Amino acid sequence: MDLDLTEDQEAIRDVFADFFSSETGPERARDAEPLGFDSRAWDRLIETGAPGMGVGESRGGGGATLADLTVVVEEAGAHIAALPLVDHMVATRLLATVGACDDDVLAGTTIVGLAIRPAQDGTARTVPTGAVARQVVALDGDVLVLIEGDPGAHLENHGCLPLAHRRLAGATVLADGPDAAGAYRRALDEWRTLTASTLVGITRTALDLGVGYVKERHQFGRPIGSFQAIQHLLADLPGLLDGARLLTAKAAWAGDRAVAGQTGVADIGDNEITDFATLACMALVSAGEAATTATDRSLHVHGGYGFSEEYDIQLYFRRARALSVVLDDPARECRRLADLLLAGPSTSSPPDADHLTSGATR
Amino acid sequence: MDFSLSPGAVEFRAEVKAFIADHLTTEVVDQMHATGTFNDKAFNAALADAGLLAGAVPGYGDRDPIELYLLFNELEKAGAPYDGLAVTMLVAGVINAVGTDFHRSRVLEKLLTGRFNCCLGYSEPDHGSDVASITTKAVRDGDEWVITGQKMWTTMAHVSDWVILLTRTNPDVPRHKGLTMFLVPMDTPGIEVQPVPTMATERTNATFYDDVRVGDEWRLGEVDGGWAVMGVALAFERGVMGGTNPAVPLLRHVRDWATGATSPDGGTMLSDPLLRERLARTAIANQVSQLLTLRAAWIAATGGLPGLEGSMAKLYATGRYQQAVAWFQEMAGAEGLLAFGVEDAAAGGWIDYDARHAPVTTIYGGTTEINRNNVAERHLGLPRDR
Repeated sequence: MDLDLTEDQEAIRDVFADFFSSETGPERARDAEPLGFDSRAWDRLIETGAPGMGVGESRGGGGATLADLTVVVEEAGAHIAALPLVDHMVATRLLATVGACDDDVLAGTTIVGLAIRPAQDGTARTVPTGAVARQVVALDGDVLVLIEGDPGAHLENHGCLPLAHRRLAGATVLADGPDAAGAYRRALDEWRTLTASTLVGITRTALDLGVGYVKERHQFGRPIGSFQAIQHLLADLPGLLDGARLLTAKAAWAGDRAVAGQTGVADIGDNEITDFATLACMALVSAGEAATTATDRSLHVHGGYGFSEEYDIQLYFRRARALSVVLDDPARECRRLADLLLAGPSTSSPPDADHLTSGATR
Repeated sequence: MDFSLSPGAVEFRAEVKAFIADHLTTEVVDQMHATGTFNDKAFNAALADAGLLAGAVPGYGDRDPIELYLLFNELEKAGAPYDGLAVTMLVAGVINAVGTDFHRSRVLEKLLTGRFNCCLGYSEPDHGSDVASITTKAVRDGDEWVITGQKMWTTMAHVSDWVILLTRTNPDVPRHKGLTMFLVPMDTPGIEVQPVPTMATERTNATFYDDVRVGDEWRLGEVDGGWAVMGVALAFERGVMGGTNPAVPLLRHVRDWATGATSPDGGTMLSDPLLRERLARTAIANQVSQLLTLRAAWIAATGGLPGLEGSMAKLYATGRYQQAVAWFQEMAGAEGLLAFGVEDAAAGGWIDYDARHAPVTTIYGGTTEINRNNVAERHLGLPRDR
């Protein structure tokens, strides 16, 4: 039991807090709208090695654990970085398991995305980074494929995410069979975990913005933060924030354990949950709720200014909603979770690269 | 971060689970709900005799402090009568933190045997959340103190051997500065206990103190230093010693009921998509509640006093528990209204019980509003409102 970050993780957090603070932030996020891609910041991020840091060292990556990556992307979320980092990290790790992560992808000079929704009629719809990624990994039935080519046409959207549809035609087959589908599901759970951590970062800054504003703003001759009605709107948020962060950290811990071959359990009768797939789903729902609630309340206590483009909270408000639903309706995520929980203790096993086949073009 | 328990903690938890399996009989559970006294002296004594209370006093002894969290969390999840034990061990922790050798030998050592109980005498009929305004008087008379007044919500007083009593010793200074805490034997002449029945069948009490004389050796902490003692007691109370996972047994009971219950729409209740969604949302809330509680325990285990973290855990957990109870009672319909022992009662009457019990959880041990004030002022740094 240890609920503190490791020393290495504290160092990672400090380095990336500095990086995102100087290279990204609300002004840069505004400039990157509506596409939601800050190419200058991405070029600088490439210099840090972050795009490939989640790939194993034996494959040329940084060897970071999923837990390490959550620390990085929480800072990205907190500074509202308009970067396809989560999807790139997850997709590179997935590609590495099938031996298909080339050097440009590892470095980040070629951006790779992940189709997080099941393909429909030969199209991967609303791929989160589909409008900036040259490569997209998708699951077509139980075949893992790689879409390559120019980024798709941007779909202008609520959160200014670089969403685009991508056609599966001409995609390269990376692997097929149950192991391919298992590797993809594992990647999707990593995406849930890292998106949850991004939402935790958004929640953290949204709370800071709200608290900062109500201390400065005076009405009736007093700071509005002295009014109990305002205080109580904000006082529920630290518990939501810290709870979502702990649950996300636990999901990452379970994910790293699963790679090491340690399976988990999911026993709701005893509140004993160590299964990665279960915790990843829980973390995304929990962090999505924390972020939507925190941005909603923080925007509200800004009064009319919160609604104006000039103030930063609206940037966080829109991204919180976008990242909470871009995979699916949280209620449907909960029903999926119920299928995991009510089917009895389930286990998740690590991806087994040796059984995956690759190479053919379709 | 590492969310796995140490081998020693895993072993301890297994011992507690085995103890519960052996000792938490249907009779023990039925007895607690029939009497409204969530304290079972034989059960407590057996826990002590099995060596499971050695780590149960916050801040005391050399056991892994995570044992404290594990013990109360397992008792709470199992639906065991642990309320009286938690309060008793909390008082033991306060004695350990601020008490004298006299208090340790006369009280603390006895509490560790599981055969004695303590209760909390803070609130009064006219002073609840504003506890610093209490008026129960303690007046010095030579080497003794004479205590006069009335306390409210003195739960477990009728089975307790001592009460920790917050009194006013100086009416001429700002209200926080004129308070003194005493540890008073319940068999002292002048103490009267009257039952206060509640809608959840849980019994609490009003207690009356009429010229109760105790020696100065029963004073806990400094004269006029009672507020500091309260601070220690509250930090132990919120979060770590049970009370933040009440929806775990609820979820278990509802799941088991839904597996066999027929839905008016056909099929079992467990196939109802909305019920499945709500079971999942409750399972998420139970994990978050556990983690927030574990964090408070972790802070205590690493030498801190987790007052604010306990407030956050309590705020989150009790709100979610009430939400879950409301969902499940609605979804169980009329059968969700039926009580323990009634044929066809949903979840054997547990839904009715939880719906009766849930309202008090955002009131006792510091109301939701008081906890929000704490978080707003001390964690967020917002200006004081009062």
